[in-house]
Amino acid sequence: MTKLLEIKNLFIEGFTGDQWLPIVNDIDMSLNKGEVLGLIGESGAGKSTLGMAAMGYTRQGCRIASGSIQFNGTELFGASKGDLRKLRGNRIAYVAQSAAASFNPAHRLVRQYAEAPVQHGLMKFAEAEREAVDIYRQLLLPDPEHIGYRYPHQVSGGQLQRAMVAMAMACRPDIIVFDEPTTALDVTTQIEVLAAIKKITSELDTAAIYITHDLAVVAQLADRIMVLRHGNLVEENDARKILAEPKEEYTRQLLSVRTIRDDKAVFRSDRDVILKVENVSASYDGSELVLQDIDISITSGRTVALVGESGSGKSTLARVITGLLPPLQGHIRFEGETLPPALASREREQLRKLQMIYQMPDTALNPRQNIRKILGRPLAFYFGMRGSVMGKRIKELLEMIELPHSYINRYPNELSGGEKQRLCIARALAAEPRLIICDEVTSALDQLVAEGILQLLQKLQNELAVSYLFITHDLATVKAISDEIVVMLRGCIVEQGIKKEILTPPHHAYTNLLLSSIPEMDPEWLDKLLEERRMA
Amino acid sequence: MAFFKLLRSSPISARIGLAMVLISILAAILAPVISPYGETQIVGDVWQSPGKDHFLGTDHLGRDLFTRLLYGARNTIAIAFATTLLSFVVGAVAGFFAATLGGWTDLSLSRMVDIIMAFPTLIFALMVLSVVGTSVTALIVVIALLDSTRVYRLSRAVAMDINALEFVEAARLRGERIWWLMRHEILPNAMPPLVAEFGLRFCFVFLFIAALSFLGLGLQPPTADWGGMVRENAGAITFGILTPLWPAGAIAFLTVGVNLIVDWFLHVASGLKETA
Repeated sequence: MTKLLEIKNLFIEGFTGDQWLPIVNDIDMSLNKGEVLGLIGESGAGKSTLGMAAMGYTRQGCRIASGSIQFNGTELFGASKGDLRKLRGNRIAYVAQSAAASFNPAHRLVRQYAEAPVQHGLMKFAEAEREAVDIYRQLLLPDPEHIGYRYPHQVSGGQLQRAMVAMAMACRPDIIVFDEPTTALDVTTQIEVLAAIKKITSELDTAAIYITHDLAVVAQLADRIMVLRHGNLVEENDARKILAEPKEEYTRQLLSVRTIRDDKAVFRSDRDVILKVENVSASYDGSELVLQDIDISITSGRTVALVGESGSGKSTLARVITGLLPPLQGHIRFEGETLPPALASREREQLRKLQMIYQMPDTALNPRQNIRKILGRPLAFYFGMRGSVMGKRIKELLEMIELPHSYINRYPNELSGGEKQRLCIARALAAEPRLIICDEVTSALDQLVAEGILQLLQKLQNELAVSYLFITHDLATVKAISDEIVVMLRGCIVEQGIKKEILTPPHHAYTNLLLSSIPEMDPEWLDKLLEERRMA
Repeated sequence: MAFFKLLRSSPISARIGLAMVLISILAAILAPVISPYGETQIVGDVWQSPGKDHFLGTDHLGRDLFTRLLYGARNTIAIAFATTLLSFVVGAVAGFFAATLGGWTDLSLSRMVDIIMAFPTLIFALMVLSVVGTSVTALIVVIALLDSTRVYRLSRAVAMDINALEFVEAARLRGERIWWLMRHEILPNAMPPLVAEFGLRFCFVFLFIAALSFLGLGLQPPTADWGGMVRENAGAITFGILTPLWPAGAIAFLTVGVNLIVDWFLHVASGLKETA
């Protein structure tokens, strides 16, 4: 039997301005009909590049250097553009990470659905419209008869992602390449999309390449898993085998990071409370409340995790605490004194003790300032440091975040994602704060890099006794780092308490939903969960 | 020196542009030395063809065109640079202010700019210049003010985008004052579009001065300026005489030169490191 897709000795290179550097190194990959292959690795591993190469496509600035890509016996490498065009979208389809950015906002969903089949001359628009309803139903979209007539902005993120899967399915392709289709979604929404993908690929017997950095996600879908790193194959095996007994050290690392770290002995105490949010309500337009009666207190040297889906008001609370959004009612008390509600009326000393770290280190650092200036400014601003005293302190800060002194004149674009986030941490530390608000600080980072950041934060807390308010939607992170947990839903606190209490049943219904939605490494997890939820 | 290091790595187009601008500036500085006649001296017949005595022929009053071109460079380049620079300083500062402060500051500045822009620029300039008189200073200030409305719009839009980024928020949370935000956080990141606009605005200034000169409110004759020379001699083109093309060519020469340099700046400014 010939394989559906067979890639042999594939080399792909990217142009860096003056030379071609390898992105994918001598990879062999094959796919049988109906098989789901998981591609795993951190960013820069070459997984997306490889996934696209399966369609004979490379991004701009990249080229296939050598190798062979055979689809159903036809060679795609070096095939004419016309031949490739006939295949793409038709026999091989692609689902991108961000559905919101991939849909044309000016057209209704079904019109975009019908584009490929009509273009390829497979069916008339009216037929495609009827087919769409069918596919929408199979993908468990609500109201399948009418949802196609909505515009992309009229459906939720998870629904849009499924609408994109439907689009890819429109021509009944032999292979679909899924490129991180759930990475941008909340855990609770991720389940819907995963369930839909699993259902439709098995019902239509479609082969799939599933690209992700999350092993637990791929465990639910893939028959076989390939682990990539720096464009090289680390390990390839049957999905169950790789999860049960990984052979390579790197795979083991990927698997191990989700394990929960030991609890520190933590008791709730009223002493050393540094931040107290009292009865705070807030709104952006003055009428609709984004936050309702929030009460939180944070103790010195502890970490409080603030958990919830996107839109639950987590980041808004951070804006209220920092003074960017003055609350409608309630107070923020810091070390016993009430902070003025607006940023402009807070004193420099009050600002200094409360620092913030952001989700995207790329936008949180001014690309035109080098490390010396980024770290030097808060030192000069808060402590009036200059010259060699400042230089010495900058070096100390670099040591704290485990970056070499030689980096001092580098600009942010000369750093990796993890190094940038470390720099953001150092910038916050430069102010010698009592409390740091960490807003989704690891969610833009690769798993192992994120793990490094969490460990660094932990180490700094042990050394400096700084407190963290850790905002996140990722419960694995919460389990790893927090002392106390606050669960938020639609602007209200659903549940709060010390970690052990929150994580042990009985849970509040919403906490339970969140907790049960975290993918586990068990390949049966998704099926079991869906079964349980159906019963309930 | 850093500048020479940068120059050595510059592409050929930038070097050509630099050479073009240097030639123009040298011509301006050395005008009295290298020009064969006086700026306003009438030396021959009207619209003489280029020849032995008159390298580029003569103009509509019989003055040597080459001489006038050299002297014209002095007025044109100095005024155009001064005007463009002033308009950028005023427009960018106001634009950054509006974007950073928002609220009433933004509203009042923006509406003021709207009102100025609602008048056709030429008529507005005529109005103001006929009141304050047509000195070079007045000319520079008026044109710069009119141009600054466009710079204001651009810099406000760019600054708004930058303001939404987290590093600006981080600086605000640190307690930084507005001047620091504008100078250190916004300006360096707003440079590329502003520099590009500079190249474009720069050449419009000649044309505007030329239009004003034509109406008698620009540089007063017999002072030479390139735009004015095009206007004065424009009629010649209908007789197949090429005289107006020389000053027009000089404007084009300088504009292309400036824009080649601007392109290079843009390239250097857009990425600190080369990327594909």
